[in-house]
Amino acid sequence: MGFFNRIKAGLKKTSSVLNTDIRDLFKTEGRLVDDQFLDELFATLVKTDIGGKAGTEIRDRIQNTFRGRVIHMTEALDAVKQHLKELLAQPEESIRYATSGPTVVMVVGVNGSGKTTSIAKLAHMFRTQGKSVVLGAGDTFRAAAVQQLTIWAERLGVEIVTGEPGADPASVAHRAVSTALSEGKDVCILDTAGRLQTQVNLMKELEKIHRVIGKQIESSPHEVLLVLDATAGQNGISQARGFSEAANCTGLVLAKLDGTAKGGVVVPIRQEFDLPVKFIGVGETPEDLVLFNADEFSEALFDEQTV
Amino acid sequence: MFQSLQDGLQSAFKSLRGKGKLSDANMRDGLKLVEQSLIEADVNFAVIQDFMARVSEKALGRRILLSLTPSEELVGIIRDELIELLGPVDSSLHLRGDLTVLMLCGLQGSGKTTTCGKLSRLLIQNKQKPFLVAADLQRPAAIDQLHVLGEQIGVPVYSDKDITDPVKVCQDAVKRAQTEQANVVILDTAGRLAIDEELMAELARIDKRVKPDQVYLVTDGMTGQDAVNSAKAFNDALELDGVIMTKLDGDARGGALLSVKHVTGVPVKFIGTGEHLDALEPFRPEGMASRILGMGDILGLVDIARTVVDEREQQQLEEKLQAGEFTLDDFKEQLEKLARPGLMGNMLKMIPGMPKMEEDMDTDGEVQRLRAIIDSMTLDERRNPKVIDPSRRQRIARGAGVQSNQVNELVKQFDMMAPIMKSMAGKGIKGRMDAIRELQQSGMLDPGGRAPRTKQGTGKRINTKNRNKMRKMREKELRKKRRQNKMR
Repeated sequence: MGFFNRIKAGLKKTSSVLNTDIRDLFKTEGRLVDDQFLDELFATLVKTDIGGKAGTEIRDRIQNTFRGRVIHMTEALDAVKQHLKELLAQPEESIRYATSGPTVVMVVGVNGSGKTTSIAKLAHMFRTQGKSVVLGAGDTFRAAAVQQLTIWAERLGVEIVTGEPGADPASVAHRAVSTALSEGKDVCILDTAGRLQTQVNLMKELEKIHRVIGKQIESSPHEVLLVLDATAGQNGISQARGFSEAANCTGLVLAKLDGTAKGGVVVPIRQEFDLPVKFIGVGETPEDLVLFNADEFSEALFDEQTV
Repeated sequence: MFQSLQDGLQSAFKSLRGKGKLSDANMRDGLKLVEQSLIEADVNFAVIQDFMARVSEKALGRRILLSLTPSEELVGIIRDELIELLGPVDSSLHLRGDLTVLMLCGLQGSGKTTTCGKLSRLLIQNKQKPFLVAADLQRPAAIDQLHVLGEQIGVPVYSDKDITDPVKVCQDAVKRAQTEQANVVILDTAGRLAIDEELMAELARIDKRVKPDQVYLVTDGMTGQDAVNSAKAFNDALELDGVIMTKLDGDARGGALLSVKHVTGVPVKFIGTGEHLDALEPFRPEGMASRILGMGDILGLVDIARTVVDEREQQQLEEKLQAGEFTLDDFKEQLEKLARPGLMGNMLKMIPGMPKMEEDMDTDGEVQRLRAIIDSMTLDERRNPKVIDPSRRQRIARGAGVQSNQVNELVKQFDMMAPIMKSMAGKGIKGRMDAIRELQQSGMLDPGGRAPRTKQGTGKRINTKNRNKMRKMREKELRKKRRQNKMR
């Protein structure tokens, strides 16, 4: 080591002593919470798809709490988890049911997010709760979408109302709700075609469906669930905004959480729109729908991460 | 009226001098900005850091154009790097003479089946005979979906609902395609998670047994940080030959493409831009780079600076000026370059110390008028405006929809301008600046007289001592005069 380097190293030690909180001065383990520490934390946060804004916010929060302390990364992450648990916490009511008559659940989302599979899972869940279900196959656009839902209906033993390809989805929704009313079904789940939130006409179509069934049963649909692909990144925020504006979303279903994706984008969505996650999809069978649990989710966001 | 041309030239001269270079210190803010933007675009964080490190090394020491800030210059350089990284363009499907087998794979819901339909349509347009194979035996009605698509575009679809092994389906399908004299087989495989080892192994088995010529990964344009994981898994299990990114008709920035490209290194073939079967476009890195980077306003500025300072064009203009061949046509060309809506105002704002146009001035309208006048001239008139007599002038004015005195004004000013520009060509920067200043003072360049007169020295400097001496002398003279007045 050269002379100057030695001086530098010496000074570094001094400065780290000066920067260290007195509580941690004699700790032999852990690391000083400095810029490098915080940058690493930020990288860990961003990798969950939580986004730059929420990531920076949490980074600053940790900085304010721990700056100058010597801690383990796990301690910082525990604080982050605690914060997220509080942020994402919600009463564990799954579905807001109608006080009387059928409960109408409308399911919306972008193409390929997992709407149809999620509907099958929801139908299965209602069935196991002893409720009768009718499905409305409102995706009259995509090739064979109706068949896909019909196959599920057969497998699950629930009734389904379908329309011709290209038919007005609002008319299918209307008939499905009528069927639920006349046959005294407990739950009516309406499928809709996948659409991007930027397609104005298609978003208007959602508004129309919403309006039409609102006239059939007052205060319906009781739930409008936005199905979000867990692999989706920051565009999820735009999806939440667009679908909430058009269809008054009441909650999220976070699908495909069984992969390596973390689905962290629900954090900024919760911050910005107060839209709770109601269910998570964790597999391809009808049983693979689980009630969202903020504690478990927050823990899972950061597991397998090398700290 | 010649303001635009004048400013174009001035700014070009200015840029030749250069305004500074990119350094570690002045790049810091810009790097931070870009990093944030790329995070919002869903580029994987590790990829961002790797990319930024390389770019900042490359950008170090680069000259800053015009009055761009270092951050703006940096954003421009980063876009260039992104374009390079996303390229090269290769939208060819590399069809073989006899039978080509394409295989599409990807996560659930990424858009494989729809993309199969779109590819088939493209192939038909190119006089090929595609043959679709329903190898997705997982998702309910996936086979039906492909059959419906096949019917819509008139492409045979192979499926066999009795067979549960997709490898066998694919093998049978390739045989059938040969008897049906199709020349491109497209395998639509089931969506699968990258961590589903069993299904990934199945995919590898299809790859091994059926030996597709090209394997494409279909990726959802809205994918987040996870894009690297899935791309890596697919790239490890199969040897990918290309990537197709879907759902880019929305507002997703598509940063996942950079992650996928970084991991796989294979060319991006197409992008899906809609639900309809014709919405498949060959990939263009330029558009995608801007989309991922965002920062449209800054990129706008960079583009303006580069338009004004296209060095090659400037060189050509220079030669023309020097040879005295600068005609009204060249003038129009310069105008057109500058006539993009709003460009003029923006450009002027970027050039410090230049005569500013008032915000409310109808610059674009003015340019339109000038163009119209020149357009209404014959080639001969453009080359030699002297031939324009009153009757020609009337004709031109009618053609351009202006008063004939406006035609006159243009010609007069061009006459004044041309020799001056000629004299300017070939001079050094200082010479040019002097020439321009001279022009401004003569008021020739600016008939409206908007140009501020630069203060000129008298050529003499008076120090305090001399000034006091002079004051004393003046006072002495005054007293003398008063005395003389009294005496009278």
